[in-house]
Amino acid sequence: MPAETTGLPGTTGLPEKTALAHYRRVPAEDGVTLLYPDYRSTVLRAPLRAPIELPQRLTEITGPLLGERLVGPTDHDLTRRYQDEPIGQRIIVHGRVLDGDGRGVPDTLIEIWQANAGGRYRHQNGDWPTPLDPNFDGLGRALTDAAGSYRFVTIRPGAYPWRNHQNAWRPAHIHFSLFGRAFTQRLVTQMYFPDDPLFFQDPIFKTVTSEQARRRMVSAFDLSATEPEWALAFRFDVVLRGRDATPFESGSGV
Amino acid sequence: MSGRPRALVPTTPSQTVGPYLAIGLSWPDGPLVVPAGTPGAIWVRGRLLDGVGAAVPDGMIETWQADPGGRFDHPDDPRGAVRRPGFRGFGRSLTGPAGEFGIHTLKPGAVPDGEGGFQAPHLDVSVFARGVSERLVTRIYFADEAGANAADVVLCSLPDDESRATLVARTGADGYRLDLVLQGDHETVFFAL
Repeated sequence: MPAETTGLPGTTGLPEKTALAHYRRVPAEDGVTLLYPDYRSTVLRAPLRAPIELPQRLTEITGPLLGERLVGPTDHDLTRRYQDEPIGQRIIVHGRVLDGDGRGVPDTLIEIWQANAGGRYRHQNGDWPTPLDPNFDGLGRALTDAAGSYRFVTIRPGAYPWRNHQNAWRPAHIHFSLFGRAFTQRLVTQMYFPDDPLFFQDPIFKTVTSEQARRRMVSAFDLSATEPEWALAFRFDVVLRGRDATPFESGSGV
Repeated sequence: MSGRPRALVPTTPSQTVGPYLAIGLSWPDGPLVVPAGTPGAIWVRGRLLDGVGAAVPDGMIETWQADPGGRFDHPDDPRGAVRRPGFRGFGRSLTGPAGEFGIHTLKPGAVPDGEGGFQAPHLDVSVFARGVSERLVTRIYFADEAGANAADVVLCSLPDDESRATLVARTGADGYRLDLVLQGDHETVFFAL
């Protein structure tokens, strides 16, 4: 009822039916299966009711733009957090954070965490018969640059056993947490390494429904980014949700 | 046709945070949307529970909200970005051994709903945990905003009072309190964004 809109406080109201640029839905084939009994922890933790549609409004199309305050100058280098270097194969992990239209997402926080070269996490529940590395805690942070690019230096994590099923091993992976520019874009995922022989038996990898979508979690060996006599390199681009076209976008140049 | 063809790039799928999320996601000031001692600040506390009511001790709650004036520090708000000193808008709490979480914040103001009305004060909430393969989205409302809640476009879209009740934090002696339940008879309403 238009008459009601005139009563809005001028400084905080929105014109009725203001078109906000919504973020596109993720197609079902790119999604995950929440209740996936092969991954036993989902059995009591996956919601069983269908989620309710939440049209995106102001709270959903905005989000925290967390900047430099959280990222120190060497936080991208997991090999320099202690006086000595960790054991393991030194690697560069780099790439871009993109939106669903292929545009770089600038100035966005990336947090990563991982096991050490032997496949051990520095965590009270992470014990199995392989040693901790006194020079590695497995934590890194970076901000993307103006083009959405990021770069970490770390060591290649090992695979590790878990008790999900008989002789269960997680493929080597690095956890990635990303914010993007809006609450709706928030993403936590895992980066895997190419040609890992453990994918076939990993139910976490397989919570992602389609083969095609699974491949988007697998990094690529990147010869061009290796540093001779110093480190191998892997490239991992992360794609966050993109926005629908809006009336405001049709005439704009960039 | 003035629009360029849009090159749609498929999104990267989600994966669980796993059991070791605390290594990468612990912030000393995570729960503090506003600093300790901020006048008028509130605590929003609760527990994260699984399908048999057991605590989820390896989870994480994140919140995003408007400031007390109903404004966001964000360029995509058509009303303009408003930065309120000392107010981060964002909160993060890893869950403790009993599944407990807590966020120290200012109660948000009402936010326009884009349909001529206002949404009741609310926090947008993300839930992460081992065994949760994709961030779950819910909201926290406030029981002492009954009038605003009754007119809220999102609460009104829910099928019944029972589901609405899963989103409304009760007032108590030490602030607001709401348990988040991943599964079962008292399952929290989760949203598809």
